[in-house]
Amino acid sequence: MFQVRIHGRGGQGVVSGAALLSVAGFLEGRYAQAFPSFGSERMGAPVMAFCRLDDKEIRLREPVLEPDALIIQDATLLHQVDLFTGLRPEGYILLNSTRGFDELGLSELRHNFHRSRLCTVPATEIAMKHVGRAVPNVPLLGGFAAISGQVRLESVVAAVREKFPHAIAEKNVAAATEAFEIVSKLRETADA
Amino acid sequence: MLKQTEGSHAVAEAIALCRPQVICAYPITPQTHIVEGVGERVKDGTLTHCEFINVESEFAALSVAIGASAAGARTYTATSSQGLLFMAEAVYNAAGLGLPIVMTIGNRAIGAPINIWNDHSDSMSMRDAGWIQLFAETNQEALDLHIQAFRLAEELSCPVMVCMDGFILTHAYDRVDIPTQAQVDAYLPPFEPRQILDPAEPVTIGAMVGPEAFTEVRYLAHHKQLRALPLIPQLSAEFQAQFGRASGGLIRTYRTEDAETIVVALGSVNGTVQEVVDEMRDEGVAIGSVSICAFRPFPLAALRDALARAKRVVVLEKCLAVGLGGIVSDGVRKSLSGIELKGYTVIAGLGGRAITRKSLKQLFEDAGTDELEQVTFLDLNADVVAHELEREQLARRSGPTAAAILRRIGTVGSRIA
Amino acid sequence: MANPLQEVKFYQTGTFTVGNRLLGENERSVQANMTRTNSLNSGHRACQGCGEALGARYAIDAAMRAAGNQVIAVNATGCLEVFSTPYPETSWHIPSIHSLFGNAAAVASGVAAALRMKGREHVRVVAQGGDGGTTDIGFGCLSGMFERNDDVLYLCYDNEACMNTGVQRSSATPPAARTATTMAVGREPGNVFGTGKNLPLIAMAHGIPYVATASVANLHDLEYKVTRAMGIHGARYVHIHVPCPLGWGSASEDTIKVARMAVESGLFPLFEAMDGEIAGRTKIRRQVPVAEYLKLQKRFAHLFGTEPDTKRLAMIQATADRNIAKFGLLD
Repeated sequence: MFQVRIHGRGGQGVVSGAALLSVAGFLEGRYAQAFPSFGSERMGAPVMAFCRLDDKEIRLREPVLEPDALIIQDATLLHQVDLFTGLRPEGYILLNSTRGFDELGLSELRHNFHRSRLCTVPATEIAMKHVGRAVPNVPLLGGFAAISGQVRLESVVAAVREKFPHAIAEKNVAAATEAFEIVSKLRETADA
Repeated sequence: MLKQTEGSHAVAEAIALCRPQVICAYPITPQTHIVEGVGERVKDGTLTHCEFINVESEFAALSVAIGASAAGARTYTATSSQGLLFMAEAVYNAAGLGLPIVMTIGNRAIGAPINIWNDHSDSMSMRDAGWIQLFAETNQEALDLHIQAFRLAEELSCPVMVCMDGFILTHAYDRVDIPTQAQVDAYLPPFEPRQILDPAEPVTIGAMVGPEAFTEVRYLAHHKQLRALPLIPQLSAEFQAQFGRASGGLIRTYRTEDAETIVVALGSVNGTVQEVVDEMRDEGVAIGSVSICAFRPFPLAALRDALARAKRVVVLEKCLAVGLGGIVSDGVRKSLSGIELKGYTVIAGLGGRAITRKSLKQLFEDAGTDELEQVTFLDLNADVVAHELEREQLARRSGPTAAAILRRIGTVGSRIA
Repeated sequence: MANPLQEVKFYQTGTFTVGNRLLGENERSVQANMTRTNSLNSGHRACQGCGEALGARYAIDAAMRAAGNQVIAVNATGCLEVFSTPYPETSWHIPSIHSLFGNAAAVASGVAAALRMKGREHVRVVAQGGDGGTTDIGFGCLSGMFERNDDVLYLCYDNEACMNTGVQRSSATPPAARTATTMAVGREPGNVFGTGKNLPLIAMAHGIPYVATASVANLHDLEYKVTRAMGIHGARYVHIHVPCPLGWGSASEDTIKVARMAVESGLFPLFEAMDGEIAGRTKIRRQVPVAEYLKLQKRFAHLFGTEPDTKRLAMIQATADRNIAKFGLLD
């Protein structure tokens, strides 16, 4: 079982991001479970969502306490919320930011985890460019596909096309694809 | 057809397949997505011959359902928590009148303090109203139980509550198999009422009954629930034959055959319990679990069969009988009448607190060595409790309890679990 | 030059005298007809002189005639429900359901929806409740039914208190009236001035197709208004004034007389409204001072006696005068 925890703020599509990821997993014939952890509807409040992927039925219902991957949609949460708690040593971190880990004051993190599994990607900017809305969830899924290999980009694209009407879907597909390419390149250079 | 979708939407699809004629509901977290899902289908024409009524309160919702059902329409509504309490008078009324209404409860805690997250206090508050109460373990089962519920309700002329954990199931995306219309039609025939308001054959429904007959009427209601005990497994078996999967029934056992410790629980937490059972079995512990699906009528005989040979039973409850301890425990104890074994009540998950594998494993280990108290509150923060009690001792004007506790535990938004 | 011919005014002296016998067949009341449906049949347990039993009988049979005998009644808990269904008997010859005290309007909405879904819209729904079940505990459901414009005719039998439970005050209880919870003691004996609500006006504010007030003092008018309402689809409301000899402390043979005085004093205006606007009213033929009306009822006895409460009597008269002006009840 592969467990993902997504952090963000209300209005950034954290919950729908987890849902889309679960659909991507489903389209590959896997079992997937996605659920939110939030309070009453309120923009801007810290929000978490979880996604589990497995090849057999998922019975577990607790929150993801030991994620295999973290997707952080809002860097302002970094020094406010204990985002990294429980992250497995081989874990992946995908962070939405134009800056690198060192610039964000997270150098220590790079020491504790595999370099190639930590990545920042300017997801909000990518979303603005293609979709015109500052909702980074879909590009981050493209980046997640690249960094973890848990789902294929095609599956993310298919999930996006299922959810959105045609015109908006294609814009999101473009955003996911660009993020995928950026993260793939970063991985190559990190592994080198 | 297999689909990856939100639990609420799966239930909405199931409801639509049951050919409801009147749907009326008032919004309350976390049931909102179910009702919105059905409402949309009515408005855009996918669900035909169905009227969707936007009522002004939960009391109105169930009242409208009472009228519609009495006039011969297959009727559905949904609520949670405070909403269920707001319609409490109508809940008893519907059962007393024998109207086969099906209602989803998106299980949520009851305030004060106000809390929107999951526990079973809402359904438990209405456990003696005369409704049949079924608890779903997964979103697939939630979908399936609604189909079985209409059949059950209409055969018995008794309203049925289908309970599913709020957020944990309602808002979770899961893989579900949505049946076809033909499959549902084959299982669920058109509604044939036992009583109906019709000028062609006038009847008075809801007359006053005095001391001379009230006991008999109530006895018959009790008898009706007892008749549900064999009917529920029968309909579950028919469901399996028609749809190809097991769901519903009175209880489900998991690795209990040679278990010394058996855990009993309702709803989605059973999934996590089964994971822990597997882990402990791998370590050589003789442990198993039982999921109660039908809470009303309470499956005394079935539970007795499942639990009789164990050394100890741990009842994991998402509800609390204030001043007493467990609610489900009472029923379990009754089922074990005359049998000598140790019973533990664990109150867990209140107001949406996560029930973790780690905590459960420790709990079951403690139970295994009989180091558990009679009644335990899982993961209770003893520090916070002690501090609050001390604070209240110091001054009469100690202020609202909830505010004081929240102040002490600090910002919640930054916590994971 | 003055008109040499004196205008002759005819007064109704009661259905027992002139009423039906001098009217043509088609002008007679439904109740006068031997083939009336008797939807609320005799044998019920209402008090002698009960205004509600009288009003309900006229209203429902009129509804039945208008609907080709296809009516389902939804009754709130209250006097009507309790005296008409003493276990194991029922006076109702039509299908009826009693659910709770406060939900008649919602249950009726549900019945109407079911009939629509079953393709049986020709079967009409009438909800009935006393003032207690309508203006107070049933208010939310009533407003919801109005707001959705559900196809229900709601009949409120207003005897100005919760009578079935022992004469307790409701928001329809008039100022100064004695009830068990507004006793005639203290500085302001009886119900307090400045409280209460006017359901017909509130109904009009919802903009529903038809609102009317009626009284057992004018049974033809009551039948006419119910008949008119039945010819309309959507939410309709008829508020019927029904004296309660027991609760009001009036003589059981005075029910119609007391009801007439309420109308003729201006305290209970008779009018119709369509889509929220007044569309007609019944003028007062011979204005009666409120004191004459109040004197007939023991619930107002504390206003009279050796030291009459002239202040409060004047306030009640002022209410009547305001109604007369507002609704144009006098020429």
